[in-house]
Amino acid sequence: MKTKGLLAATTVVAMSGFAVTGAQAEDLTLCWAAWDPANALVELSKEYEAKSGNTMHFEFVPWPNFADRMLNELNSGGKLCDLLIGDSQWIGGGAENGHYVRLNDFFDAEGISMDDFAPATVYAYSTWPKGTPNYYALPAMGDANGWFYRRDWFENPEIMAAYKEATGQDLREPETQKELLQIAQFFQGREIDGQTRYGAAIFTERGSEGITMGATGALYTFGFKYENTPGSYDMAGAVNSPEAVEGLEFYKEFYKTATPPGYTDSYMEQGLDAFKSGQVAMAMNWFAFFPGLYADPDTGGDKIGFFPNPGQNVEASTLGGQGISVVSYSDHKEAALDYIKWFAQPEVQAKWWALGGYSCHNSVLNDPGFKDSQPFAADFLSAMGHVQDFWQEPAYAELLLAMQKRLHDYVVADQGTAQEALDLLIEDWTETFEDEGKL
Amino acid sequence: MSDTPIERVAKATPPTVARRIRGLSDRTIAWLFVAPTIFLLLAINIFPLIWTVNLSFTNFRANRPNKEVEYVGLQNYERILTDGDIWLTMQATAHFLFWTLFFQVLIGFTLAWLINRKFRGNDLWTTIIVLPMMLSPAVVGNFWTFLYQPQIGLFNYVVEFFTGIPASSFQMIGDVALAPWSIVIVDTWMWTPFVMLICLAGLRSIPDYIYEAAAIDRASKWRQFWTITIPMVLPFLMLAVLFRGIENFKMFDLVVQLTGGGPGSVTELTSINLKREAFEKWRTGYASAYAIILFVTVFGLASIYVKALNKVKER
Repeated sequence: MKTKGLLAATTVVAMSGFAVTGAQAEDLTLCWAAWDPANALVELSKEYEAKSGNTMHFEFVPWPNFADRMLNELNSGGKLCDLLIGDSQWIGGGAENGHYVRLNDFFDAEGISMDDFAPATVYAYSTWPKGTPNYYALPAMGDANGWFYRRDWFENPEIMAAYKEATGQDLREPETQKELLQIAQFFQGREIDGQTRYGAAIFTERGSEGITMGATGALYTFGFKYENTPGSYDMAGAVNSPEAVEGLEFYKEFYKTATPPGYTDSYMEQGLDAFKSGQVAMAMNWFAFFPGLYADPDTGGDKIGFFPNPGQNVEASTLGGQGISVVSYSDHKEAALDYIKWFAQPEVQAKWWALGGYSCHNSVLNDPGFKDSQPFAADFLSAMGHVQDFWQEPAYAELLLAMQKRLHDYVVADQGTAQEALDLLIEDWTETFEDEGKL
Repeated sequence: MSDTPIERVAKATPPTVARRIRGLSDRTIAWLFVAPTIFLLLAINIFPLIWTVNLSFTNFRANRPNKEVEYVGLQNYERILTDGDIWLTMQATAHFLFWTLFFQVLIGFTLAWLINRKFRGNDLWTTIIVLPMMLSPAVVGNFWTFLYQPQIGLFNYVVEFFTGIPASSFQMIGDVALAPWSIVIVDTWMWTPFVMLICLAGLRSIPDYIYEAAAIDRASKWRQFWTITIPMVLPFLMLAVLFRGIENFKMFDLVVQLTGGGPGSVTELTSINLKREAFEKWRTGYASAYAIILFVTVFGLASIYVKALNKVKER
């Protein structure tokens, strides 16, 4: 009897111990790129910490090293990140290599519906295989490549008159890629306020993804496609179509005739610096930076304007943005899912947008006041309506590096023709897909 | 029959030491001392090398641990050796290697020869000259990108001052023709002091009496330089070339910081290319074959060079 009593007491103590452990606050680490929206997320997450008792830690890596650092972490089965806001192109590898937790059961159990999020973002950030109802992320940060410009220069009567005289047209936000180039060329080398200014800051970076993200902005609008039939990997005639060749030649002309000198390896930071220092009249960059640009005391406010990527043959913008995933190697998966559950709530999403994050939730995007809530909000909606993304295959890094090389060789290093660059790109990609067993 | 090194060590061990550890022979004690080193060598150098050779015949990808690994024979080697892009990186590496060694030897020896003369402030100048090699390559790469910046960088203005070529008319890092030279200039700036120091050690090892004897024999300064200075410094110079050659063959950090391998791929050295294949594209099997080819190349060249160095020393 004594023994039985002791056993019972031990069991009760042990059970109560488990109960305490289960309710105990946990330390969660969220990994993302180091940029403005990450700071907004830190602010937003304070509310979660207060509500849940969990402590949030953040691991933010600068963009040029983000993919390297995080993909190494995932590939090595690292436990650094419980939650990862990974790039949209990682979804295939994340799903197929078992890095991300499949979220369908969790969404069903918690009543989180993907219908509540913008379809383009669900397709791009959450699903693998593409378009199927297999979710590995919750759309967290909508983004696309857009443009901003010096509104004060565009509205300067002298400059407007000079532009009219030079082109016979009014100086305004461009509506086509060719008009964009014409305006950039007009500003190239122009003296404004006693200083030499240049046309536009575009992406030319070689090391990570820069020139691909920049050039595809032009390529998509001219008619570049990855495949003739989605999912078939038949690239000949799509990747190197006459429209794609024209688009690439266009981007090279843009680089050669309308960018600042020495602009050979530039991405987000360099573009922002060029604009903020008054070097350029226009710049391309991700919408994620627009709140910070608008708030800039020197070049923001009334001095800045925004527009989505202008179309040419078709309307298109390069997709940015990310979904938030639970890392399958995490020891805190339950708590990580709890964070996602909290983050998916409409009121949290509204606050996310107010703090500078780009919510993908329909309740935010479809709000009647959304378009007027920020000077770039309407442009963001317009851009997200026709976004296109790079390959999201598990071999995306290999595919991306091949494109980086071929584009940089042609655009910056003057090697070969646009046709040759795209033909070689097809060869590279074919080899990769053959290795993958998909061709 | 002569003793093995281990037996010699065992014999050299004082008997008292052996006696203190009862039950162990001197030979065992000697092995106990040597074993950790041998184990570390096997674990850190030999095993990875054998493993790399093994991987080089497979299609293994480190980021796909669940994917079945297939042996592909010599396919990886064949692909590498027939890939035009790889040969371009080899060319870029050869260009970098040749010209950095050429300039570093030329300038390094000249500086050592000048510094070796007795004059006031000799030590101060030596310290100033060796400063660049004390800096981190990442720092050097970073500030040279600013110096090369065509709008605000000092380099273009210095060139304009001396040559009259307008500063805004060229860009070192962005130009396909100039970018390979931009990395040569920076590496030369940073590592010439190293060559200078080794040459200086060589020059200072030449006894004065040899020059005095030559002077008594009425040998001109020029003849003394070619028949005394150069032959006696040559082994040191060759050693410096060996060190710098091996270092520059695997050059990575400085060039990544400066040009990132661009524009296009004109400054993409083999080490940068290899890193992309191994840790960005994750073609581990392919990258292993690539690494083996580079290893054999460096090992082969270094072996030939060391033999030549030994012959020079024997003279």
